Amino acid sequence: MSTTPAKEPSLYVAREPIFPRRVYGQFRNLKWWLMAVLLGIYYLTPWIRWDRGPNLPDQAVLLDLANRRFFFFMIEIWPHEFYFVAGLLIMAGLGLFLFTSAAGRVWCGYACPQTVWTDLYILVERWIEGDRNARIRLHRQKWDAEKIRKRLVKWTVWLLIGLATGGAWIFYFTDAPSLFWALLDGTAHPVAYTTMAILTATTFAFGGFAREQMCIYACPWPRIQAAMMDEDTLTIGYREWRGEPRGKQNVAGNGDCIDCMACVNVCPMGIDIRNGQQLACITCGLCIDACNDIMDKIGKPRGLIGYLALTDETAERAGNPPKSVWRHVFRPRTVLYTALWSAVGVGLVVALFLRTEIDVNVTPVRNPQYVILSDGAVRNTYDLRLRNKHGEDHWFAFAATTNGGEVFVLSLEGEDMLKVKVPANQTRTQRLYITAPSGSIAATRDRTDVRIWIQDLGSDTLPGTDRVHKDTVFNGKAQ
Amino acid sequence: MCAKQVKNVQGEVPTTGHEWDGIQEFDNPMPRWWVWMFYATIAFAVWYVIAYPAWPLLNSATQGYLGYDTRQEVEAEIKRFDDANAAIKAKLVAADLGAIAKDDTLNQYATAAGAAVFRTWCAQCHGSGAAGVQGKGYPNLLDNDWLWGGAIEDIHTTISHGIRNTTDADARYSEMPKFGVDGLLEPAQIEEVVEHVLAISGQEHDAAKAAAGATVFADNCAACHAETGTGDRAQGAPNLTDAIWLYGGDRATINHTVTYARFGVMPSWTGRLSEDEIRAVATYVHSLGGGE
Repeated sequence: MSTTPAKEPSLYVAREPIFPRRVYGQFRNLKWWLMAVLLGIYYLTPWIRWDRGPNLPDQAVLLDLANRRFFFFMIEIWPHEFYFVAGLLIMAGLGLFLFTSAAGRVWCGYACPQTVWTDLYILVERWIEGDRNARIRLHRQKWDAEKIRKRLVKWTVWLLIGLATGGAWIFYFTDAPSLFWALLDGTAHPVAYTTMAILTATTFAFGGFAREQMCIYACPWPRIQAAMMDEDTLTIGYREWRGEPRGKQNVAGNGDCIDCMACVNVCPMGIDIRNGQQLACITCGLCIDACNDIMDKIGKPRGLIGYLALTDETAERAGNPPKSVWRHVFRPRTVLYTALWSAVGVGLVVALFLRTEIDVNVTPVRNPQYVILSDGAVRNTYDLRLRNKHGEDHWFAFAATTNGGEVFVLSLEGEDMLKVKVPANQTRTQRLYITAPSGSIAATRDRTDVRIWIQDLGSDTLPGTDRVHKDTVFNGKAQ
Repeated sequence: MCAKQVKNVQGEVPTTGHEWDGIQEFDNPMPRWWVWMFYATIAFAVWYVIAYPAWPLLNSATQGYLGYDTRQEVEAEIKRFDDANAAIKAKLVAADLGAIAKDDTLNQYATAAGAAVFRTWCAQCHGSGAAGVQGKGYPNLLDNDWLWGGAIEDIHTTISHGIRNTTDADARYSEMPKFGVDGLLEPAQIEEVVEHVLAISGQEHDAAKAAAGATVFADNCAACHAETGTGDRAQGAPNLTDAIWLYGGDRATINHTVTYARFGVMPSWTGRLSEDEIRAVATYVHSLGGGE
């Protein structure tokens, strides 16, 4: 069943320009609020200060890549604790599954940066060039003084927003106020300027020109999300059984849809929701606002376009009321996602509170397995990584214990005493020697389990409290 | 809602004419930006072939007008690091040997650079873990027993000039007589002195023979290995009373050593390694746990 094309189709097609009309309503208001909150969080977070003492940065949220430290208010993450970030990503993924299975592409419609910045860019466009009809006129107009002026003003404002976006991004990676002044007097690192330039360019291009094409061609999410949705998922739909056949109002036999195209004109994706659920729909809800407005004006009930699930269609076609929103949202699938999400979250919080301020990693040196000393004693070498997460230099002391009470002699490479100073917020590598005296049990046994203890002796002024240990093995010279 | 086939707004879209299990493929036109991008990659490929080495020839490849060469890049990279390290290398050469370990930056650089030198030049005999080869005459550098001394200055001299080589006039030198093959001792005497050595190193031995061997030892061995058998570092004569044996401490091996003697050789590194490399590897060896 193939349809032969009448003529050779063109290989490529230009983008159909979209001129979304201003719309008023509950979803538009929700989107304004969300835009303000999300952009506020993005632009202002790097400027929040947080006092951590003299040796640590006082920026509340800082991804210090150069020193491999992540700061988030009272939490400091070291590279070896990166599983916290992995956990947060898992939670973000599960959260996305949860919201998508409950309410479709709410992420796309309300929270995705592409949507938020495009919305902002359209807002600017409307301020400068006017609403839909004025913009269409301007689009068809010749390049006269008015068009050039309006386009230049619009692009300038877009560029400034892009610059602020790229600028805010780099503030997350280093101290924001000092970088701000360095950017102004031209002394900031070239990487800062390059990153800013790239993000300014992408914001300008994606928000100003690419817009819906990013969602349709570039983003994998619209293609994946179908796996998360089922017949109970709330998504935006057109009540075809109520609206069709569309046509003039008050003509017998016509449905509620008066084919005013309001839903199409406000759509930032340039689609017709009456054609059914489609890949390009980001479920932003603006067509609901537009249609409700028209329904109010012609005295018909609201909800010709609205959030509804596939099961509702069957019910409503049969003349029954749709399921309540809560019965759509609370079902085994969403409960399972919520449970998984919470489990990961609780696990992360518990792990966060179980962390100690000092830490040690023990790597036994196994080349060679052991060293015989001149008096016949057997010595094992261990490379320790000592971590001091305090804001001050701390002294660490060492001990080794065994279940059998074997006696060991401990010594440190390059140190006379059994303690070392670990600098504030840093890792120190230290070689530890454990020696079993000649003829002792550990010296003559193949292997003995050893627990290496690190005691925090505190800084020069404050006492330490933490004690950590790692289990390892002592190799003897088996007889 | 999805039951209805979605139609293109502009009208019916032709299909490609294929059908698999009832599934057809729309022949939608491509977005214009995509096509431009496609042409741009073709243009880039043409430019790349002209600008960079691309086509393989018999013995080389086309050069490309930019003259790009990975070898030059590696050389530049090596030079960049050499330049960056020049200052600390000069400091290492100028420093007092004993002071290197006390200077944190210098010590860190010397230990790391020394480990690299060791893996390249020393590991063949002394092993990648510096444990030598037990019983084969390649000394373990981790323990606290040293033939020629374990202070940083001694280690530095040993690495600089080597041991018993013929290339360096300053090489450490000593030679154990071949007591057996040169007929200096009778086989019976050798047996006795071996029992004596077993005795002073705390091993199981024949007491009568050992007592006789003590005299043989005093007459023939004590000049180098000292009266008590504790050796003499000035001559590289090993301590015979401890638990560490370069070639092995059992009866047969000691007998073999006395009969045939040993003549372990280490090359001189002056000229093959620069002074900063020798100092670095000396610092590294000194930090392995046996340094004095």
